[in-house]
Amino acid sequence: MAASTSAASGTNIYAAGLLGKRTPWFVLAGCLAASFVLFWLLQAGTPGATLNVAGAIIVGAIFYPLAIYTISLLVEGARKAKDRLVTALVYGAFLLALAPLITLLSTVVANGLARFDLEFFTYSMRSIVGAGGGFVHAMVGTLLMTLTATVISVPIGLMTSVYLVEYGRGPLARAITFFVDVMTGIPSIVAGLFAYSIFALLFGPGTKLGIAGAISLTVLMIPVVVRSSEDMLKLVPNELREASYALGVPKWLTILKVVLPTSIAGIMTGVILAIARIIGETAPLLVAAGFTNNLNYDMLNGRMQSLPVAVYYQYVSPGVDVQAYLDRAWAGALTLILIVMLLNIIARLIARYFAPKSGR
Amino acid sequence: MPDTAAPARAKPRLRPGDRVFSGSALAAGTLILAILAGVAAFLIIESVPVVTTDPKDINILDGQPFWSYVAPLVFGTLWSSAIALLMAVPVSIGIALFISHYAPRRLAQGLGYIIDLLAAVPSVVFGLWGGNVLAPAIQPLYSWLTEHLGWIPLFAGPASGTGRTILTASIVLAVMVLPIITALCREVFLQTPVLHEEAALALGATRWEMIRTAVLPFGRPGIISASMLGLGRALGETMAVAMVLSSSGGITLALLTSSNPGTIAANIALRFAEAFGTNINLLIATGLILFAITLVVNMIARWIIGRRREFSGAN
Repeated sequence: MAASTSAASGTNIYAAGLLGKRTPWFVLAGCLAASFVLFWLLQAGTPGATLNVAGAIIVGAIFYPLAIYTISLLVEGARKAKDRLVTALVYGAFLLALAPLITLLSTVVANGLARFDLEFFTYSMRSIVGAGGGFVHAMVGTLLMTLTATVISVPIGLMTSVYLVEYGRGPLARAITFFVDVMTGIPSIVAGLFAYSIFALLFGPGTKLGIAGAISLTVLMIPVVVRSSEDMLKLVPNELREASYALGVPKWLTILKVVLPTSIAGIMTGVILAIARIIGETAPLLVAAGFTNNLNYDMLNGRMQSLPVAVYYQYVSPGVDVQAYLDRAWAGALTLILIVMLLNIIARLIARYFAPKSGR
Repeated sequence: MPDTAAPARAKPRLRPGDRVFSGSALAAGTLILAILAGVAAFLIIESVPVVTTDPKDINILDGQPFWSYVAPLVFGTLWSSAIALLMAVPVSIGIALFISHYAPRRLAQGLGYIIDLLAAVPSVVFGLWGGNVLAPAIQPLYSWLTEHLGWIPLFAGPASGTGRTILTASIVLAVMVLPIITALCREVFLQTPVLHEEAALALGATRWEMIRTAVLPFGRPGIISASMLGLGRALGETMAVAMVLSSSGGITLALLTSSNPGTIAANIALRFAEAFGTNINLLIATGLILFAITLVVNMIARWIIGRRREFSGAN
């Protein structure tokens, strides 16, 4: 089927033993057409069946590598055929990865808009059963806990990267580098269990506080901050440091007044990307900060809701009116994605517009 | 490590500011080691009651010994991550090759950002998507597979009616680790010495032969460590599995039925809110096992990366 379409395109190019530049496109079109015809024929027997467009495209996409391989094998030989096969597979891999991204974003936007209204951003879930209500308690919780985690982890992370770049020599620095890398791989729920364990030992079992959630986020955030700011500090040209030393400036002032200001844009980008990473964390907050329907501004007293945990609970324990709970969950997911995207864009803008003028 | 200061032997005097600053930098660095040690220590302390308490007094255990409770969870964790990795690694290598060697130069960076977008999506959103969109959409395929390929043990029937099987969970996990593995592989592939590539092409190699002889051998340690890091992420992933998988315990290789093994992380998330007394200690003990597994996986990955210093995973 596909061979006939491709044969039509060539005039004299086969003489050179090569496929034409546009031949793969013709083959692809032929494969898709054949696949659609196949699906149409299969479903023609069953009345009322609609054409399975997604299935037809997938089957057509599976046909294509086989078709191009066969055609190329016949015309160009085995080596070229394998090259074309791999090219088709590599392009296919990329398109395959786009599929979940596109369906995910489109469903989140489509389902999230149903409850993306004023009430969602002004009401908590206190004594709400069924429809209505909002996530303001969760947004306040997320804001407070993320802010606290940032305030704790940025100084620690930044000073650690200063140590690694400016001071660190020998086994201790190597150990810190290694374990920071290992720390990036800590499962988020283990960080939550760690924070919970601290407070369970101090205040008795079952203690779930906003500050515990913040501490679990800190554990996840510190390694990210260290790695990104370490890379940024390494980018600062050594000439700047040497010029400063030559003027008799002490080392700590050199770091404070020369090194850090030069790399501040990159460090801020790293911090914002780290925030974007922890703001969507669910598991540690579920374990350490618990779950509540009420607005709570006090980090040190009572459970604290957060946006991802709120989405999770709307999903796993819906009430009688399931759709109302699902709508809130999707609206929460949309809010989360928007926040994360916004943070990513801000980070990229900072990286672009406040980048140091010198060096590199 | 850039060699910054004047040589160490020429230390004239230590200013107080210097001492405070270097001291606090050192303290911050050590604090990180302390935190990591603290994570292990606190988890161990909280896990001790599980060993000392009679299994009959822990409700979740229901009389069975600790290890027979943990074994299916460990199996589920490893099994789902292994399947996820099996799907994610070839696709990631393909995407990384696409961005580094196939895509038009001008588009490559933008396409890389698009894949990075996947990494930015919070896991709870992946869970929502996997449970509400992917599982119903893929269920017909499962029915078809059990009907026609049911003789393969992996596809043994009966197919789950909801589609919330371990295979669905693994697909979601694969999508989640995809950007991590891709980012690292891409970075490694881009560092292939251009002279090697050009030499291969000059000898008449096709693009695939060039990649097979120059790019892939150079990138092999990078691919391995990227896969290990992806494995670490998949092992510890909680929410997506908790929201997608309907687990009933037990060890089974069947991918498409409604009786699936749970995973450690998802089990903790699902049970922690209602747990009380020693049940919490039990869950923390399973968390300790998860911590140990991921620690080993990550340390192996870092060790492999460490042997090739030029590409480090976090940047």
